Amino acid sequence: MVFQYYPGCTLKTRAKELDRKARLCAEALGVQLEEIKDWQCCGGCYPVAKDEIATKLSAVRAMMAAKDAGTPVVTVCSACHNVLKRTNHDMQTDEVIRDRVNRYLKPDVPYAGEGEVLHFLEMLRDKVGFDTIREKVKNPLTGRKIGAYYGCLLLRPGKVMAFDDPENPSIMEDFITALGAEAVRYPYRNECCGAYLALEDQAITKKKSSAVLHSAKCAGAQEVITACPLCLYNLQKCGDDLPVVYFTELLFEALGLE
Amino acid sequence: MEQKNLKEEILRISGVNPRKCMKCGKCSGTCPSYEEMDFHPHQFVYMVESGDIEPLMASGSLYRCLTCFACVERCPRQVEPAKLIEAVRLTVIRQQGQNHLKPDQLPGMLDEDMPQQALVSAMRKFAK
Repeated sequence: MVFQYYPGCTLKTRAKELDRKARLCAEALGVQLEEIKDWQCCGGCYPVAKDEIATKLSAVRAMMAAKDAGTPVVTVCSACHNVLKRTNHDMQTDEVIRDRVNRYLKPDVPYAGEGEVLHFLEMLRDKVGFDTIREKVKNPLTGRKIGAYYGCLLLRPGKVMAFDDPENPSIMEDFITALGAEAVRYPYRNECCGAYLALEDQAITKKKSSAVLHSAKCAGAQEVITACPLCLYNLQKCGDDLPVVYFTELLFEALGLE
Repeated sequence: MEQKNLKEEILRISGVNPRKCMKCGKCSGTCPSYEEMDFHPHQFVYMVESGDIEPLMASGSLYRCLTCFACVERCPRQVEPAKLIEAVRLTVIRQQGQNHLKPDQLPGMLDEDMPQQALVSAMRKFAK
């Protein structure tokens, strides 16, 4: 199985381990990730305004590369996933944006959102299959109680992201269960960690993130997983001692790749 | 910009129709930044609709919205308040010299673990 791969800025810098382990896990599951040549940073936030065109171009270029290669684009970072999917949805559904982007980029064949974006977790669920993963687990995480933290970017807006039920998701819990651990559901798993306010006012991000971890702890979680580098940062800095790691850490461990 | 044009501009770039709002308050009830704002999501909706936009433009609430889309997801009338807040913020920062965050402020805000994603996201939200 071959997919195009869009690492994004943070996986090349602060989150190098997320990148390295995602690639090694993919390889162990028989998936080849081909990094898109000359990809550009997605900008971290989807440009919400209808008249923002230039800020959408890097995402469109990545999607066009995937269309040319004939495979979906896989992202690991929740933010890249959000920006790429929503921009691609604009290219499929918003005639004005599609027209302006194509007039700017002048591709040989106009792009209309034919590419497909998959988060690494979606790739695991829909392409590899959690049953296959269950079979490939060498070190089952038996007895561990793990809470999944979704945050905002994987899920919302629900209709566009089409990732899972935005108010009652299960993909990460199914992932945890496939690795042999016990998934702990808790009320704040899809509430915001405080995001980019970490730059300006960490009192706010600490308040938001500690509410998330408190909720996980009350439900019995002994550790929490996330797919987002900024969520990881906020949750780890909020002062709560509950361990927070990337979801790829668990997969790496369970597949016996240590 | 005149009040009428300002409202039209905000409605145009947000694509929002605030008249769909039935004032249930769910957007503000679910907003993770509610306590940090002096104007809350439901107030953005009715104040844009009534053309009372300048107080919103002068408010720090513009820089407390996380664009987490909880209000959009949970609005029973698909009003999409976060898109209105984004449009008001853009009408401010698109003006000359009105960036909320400037690149030379960034070094003082960093620590060794801060992900690049935080920098690019904040610059995209708060500067043009």
